[in-house]
Amino acid sequence: MVTSVRAAQPVITARNLVKAYGDVNAVDGISFDVPAGESFGLLGPNGAGKSTTMRMIGGVSQRTSGQLDIMGLDPELQGPEVRAHLGVVPQQDNLDEELRVRDNLIIYGRYFGLSRSYLAQRADELLEFAQLEDKAKARVDSLSGGMKRRLTIARSLINDPKILLLDEPTTGLDPQARHVLWDRLFRLKERGVTLVLTTHYMDEAEQLCDRLIVVDKGQIMAEGSPAELIRKHSSREVLEVRFGTDRNAAAADQLDGTGDRIEVLPDRVLVYSENGEESLEVIRARGLRPMTSLVRRASLEDVFLRLTGRSLID
Amino acid sequence: MSILHDDDYILAPDRRPLSALYSRNARAVIERGFRVIKSQNWVVLVSGFFEPVFYLLSMGIGLGRLVGSVQGPSGAPISYAAYIAPALLAVSAMNGAIYDSTWNIFFKMHFGKLYQSMLYTSLGPFDIAVGEIFMALFRGFLYALGFTGVMAVMGLIATPWALLLVPAAVTVAFGFASFGMAITSYMKTFQQMDVITFVMLPMFLFSATFYPLSVYPEPVQWVVEALPLWHGVELMREISTGAFSVLTLVHLLYYLVMILVGLAFTTRRLRALFLR
Amino acid sequence: MTEDSAQRLEVQAPEVSAAKARRWGSFYFMEHMLRSMRAYAVTIIVTSVGNPLLYLFSMGVGLASIVDRSPTAHFAGVGYLAFAAPALLVSSSVMTCANEMMFPVMDGFKWRRIYYGPHVTPLVPGQLAAGHVMAVGVRLLVQCSVFFLIMLAFGAAVSPTSWLIIPIGVLAGMAFGTPLMAYAARIEKENFQFSMIQRFIVMPLFLFSGTFYPLETMPRAMQWIGWISPLWHGNQLGRLATIGLTEPLWLVAVHVVYLAALGVIGMIWARRNYARRMNA
Ligand SMILES: Nc1ncnc2c1ncn2[C@@H]1O[C@H](COP(=O)(O)OP(=O)(O)OP(=O)(O)O)[C@@H](O)[C@H]1O
Ligand SMILES: [Mg+2]
Repeated sequence: MVTSVRAAQPVITARNLVKAYGDVNAVDGISFDVPAGESFGLLGPNGAGKSTTMRMIGGVSQRTSGQLDIMGLDPELQGPEVRAHLGVVPQQDNLDEELRVRDNLIIYGRYFGLSRSYLAQRADELLEFAQLEDKAKARVDSLSGGMKRRLTIARSLINDPKILLLDEPTTGLDPQARHVLWDRLFRLKERGVTLVLTTHYMDEAEQLCDRLIVVDKGQIMAEGSPAELIRKHSSREVLEVRFGTDRNAAAADQLDGTGDRIEVLPDRVLVYSENGEESLEVIRARGLRPMTSLVRRASLEDVFLRLTGRSLID
Repeated sequence: MSILHDDDYILAPDRRPLSALYSRNARAVIERGFRVIKSQNWVVLVSGFFEPVFYLLSMGIGLGRLVGSVQGPSGAPISYAAYIAPALLAVSAMNGAIYDSTWNIFFKMHFGKLYQSMLYTSLGPFDIAVGEIFMALFRGFLYALGFTGVMAVMGLIATPWALLLVPAAVTVAFGFASFGMAITSYMKTFQQMDVITFVMLPMFLFSATFYPLSVYPEPVQWVVEALPLWHGVELMREISTGAFSVLTLVHLLYYLVMILVGLAFTTRRLRALFLR
Repeated sequence: MTEDSAQRLEVQAPEVSAAKARRWGSFYFMEHMLRSMRAYAVTIIVTSVGNPLLYLFSMGVGLASIVDRSPTAHFAGVGYLAFAAPALLVSSSVMTCANEMMFPVMDGFKWRRIYYGPHVTPLVPGQLAAGHVMAVGVRLLVQCSVFFLIMLAFGAAVSPTSWLIIPIGVLAGMAFGTPLMAYAARIEKENFQFSMIQRFIVMPLFLFSGTFYPLETMPRAMQWIGWISPLWHGNQLGRLATIGLTEPLWLVAVHVVYLAALGVIGMIWARRNYARRMNA
């Protein structure tokens, strides 16, 4: 991971952020700091309040209570001033369907008051970055989903932002485009740009984030670097064994002590342990014969599921 | 593409009034409007001009034959077509402005997501409001120009004062557009948007467009006289015949107040409208 | 998502579903459409009651006060209110039907894609078109009935056959609506076609189909609009029913046949376009 080259001073400070929709708190008392140049991630299940938090940072959603400070200013009181330095990739593409591809970039840049001559050049650079040069004159609604996403990402860079807010930036991108974007984000980070991103891809979070928070039901469940979180909330390895759908629960009763923690899922049993192969030996030694077994390193995904639960109904 | 340092991350606040909502860049929104007009089918732009013309042809010519002449604002009889034409111009200014500042805003807000993307830039809601109102008035101006031309061709114009119909139509449009956005800020669903139609339709039908106010009982007349469209209709009628009176000033004043109150109202509602 | 609840709900055999769908599919989809109209129930009720009141007051009473005093104006021997009322009913039915056959159809194919849900069930596209039409028909029936009752209250329907204005209104609406539906089903991309139809077809038809004055009042060069307009044919039939307008029998037959033919051809064309589009 690239570490920041300078003493980190927070560029985003959030204290007890609350956003209520009706009587539901979509964001329910979130506090965090993001130092300059850091790449900061928000993870959490659907409806956790990630996008809402992002929108408050951008000053396009009025918070119900709490304090927010972006580069020394309150985005609600100084919206235009703050957003002049922000680049935003919203979760849902909101390209201007009435304009053509290149005009989308140029007009968007005009909203920042950028000059036409700067924009003419910048738009071409960004089209190249998004690999959409041959679509410059196309209508936006003729683009594929992934192309639209790339255009939205390119658009967010038009003003050379200091802080980039990326809400699930790579959803809908093919693997090539995803890697191109990661590369580009690394380079921005090297230049000292601060990144705030949400994602449902845990590998992406491990790749990109220096530090992240896991949010659930509008509250922070855990905070730390990906490695720290794995260390704290999981064992080093995970052993997955299957005994057949109707036998897993029964078999699990006999697995006590084979690992730090046992988790029974409908289709398989997870044994969290420092050494998966060893645990498997112990299981075999107890006379159990799993149909399949797999040893893997614990990942952020395990932490995520542990912290936010596996059930959808909550 | 220089490396960012800590002090790059310290911003100075903008202390000018309205700085939370306004970045003095409405012209970017206007620029977008013109670019859309340029890339869109011109028929779409022009089509808005026809509705009042069709009304004028149907009612003025067809019904006009049956009705004959009616009493104009100066008391002298005028043809039925000449009687309704300025009123139709007022109605069309109202309809265009209301459509642009309500439905159009509502659509771009909830379906096109256009404003979401604009608001993620350094634009503020006030820039957007000013830009969109300007575009609405620009379209209104074009249609008024066209309609006044049609009136001239049909021989319904007898005084050079009639040239003032165009700025007057823009004024009427401004009055309605300045309120429209504020009203839209209260709307969350399509069904609620229909309320606008329920208010506009009776105003159109009862505001002395097709027949004089005197056909109503007096209390009804008072109600109609309080409504903005009636003032627009009367203003246009007076201009089209050059029959000015103190009332002309009253109508103008009515719109002046409407515009100021509407703009203040809309400004107050910008947060509710755009920053949900 | 619990699989193993003690009692399993038994579903009917697939063959039964298929057979039922073949017979009743259109009605199933009509039910779907009517249910989704419930979201607009308030709008539908308010417009159904409000429009007749507003139009009858302003046109039938307000406008009448300057039309009726004119010596040249006489309308089949009745006052202007009674003359205009049936045509206003027919116009409102046609306009409602036009609206229901433009954006909602596009919505079904493109935006919310409501047609594609049933399409993977045993229902076939033709049934979706028919179901949609029937649901709109129900709405028109309600709307025309309310309008008729308000006409009665205004004393604008005097003839004993007046109630026939209700089916006439629905028929005229459908005569205009089904061809429009067929056309809407072919549109891949909404490029303001609907606003253009609204502005250049619906609006002129409303204004130039003898709604506010007899067609003959218009210059001869413009009367053809009425002859091809389902609105004019509907208006004339309506006046026949409510104020006993006298017309030669052959002309009455022309009105009926023209409206029915438009409706049927439109329906056939619509079913074809639905099938083409959905099975493509
Ligand atoms: N405009 C709104 N009106 C009402 N409720 C809203 C609105 N926007 C979001 N919510 C609610 O707020 C909660 C948080 O939504 P949010 O979009 O922030 O979730 P998220 O973490 O981004 O989820 P996802 O991973 O699905 O994008 C959800 O329960 C959602 O239903
Ligand atoms: Mg989200």
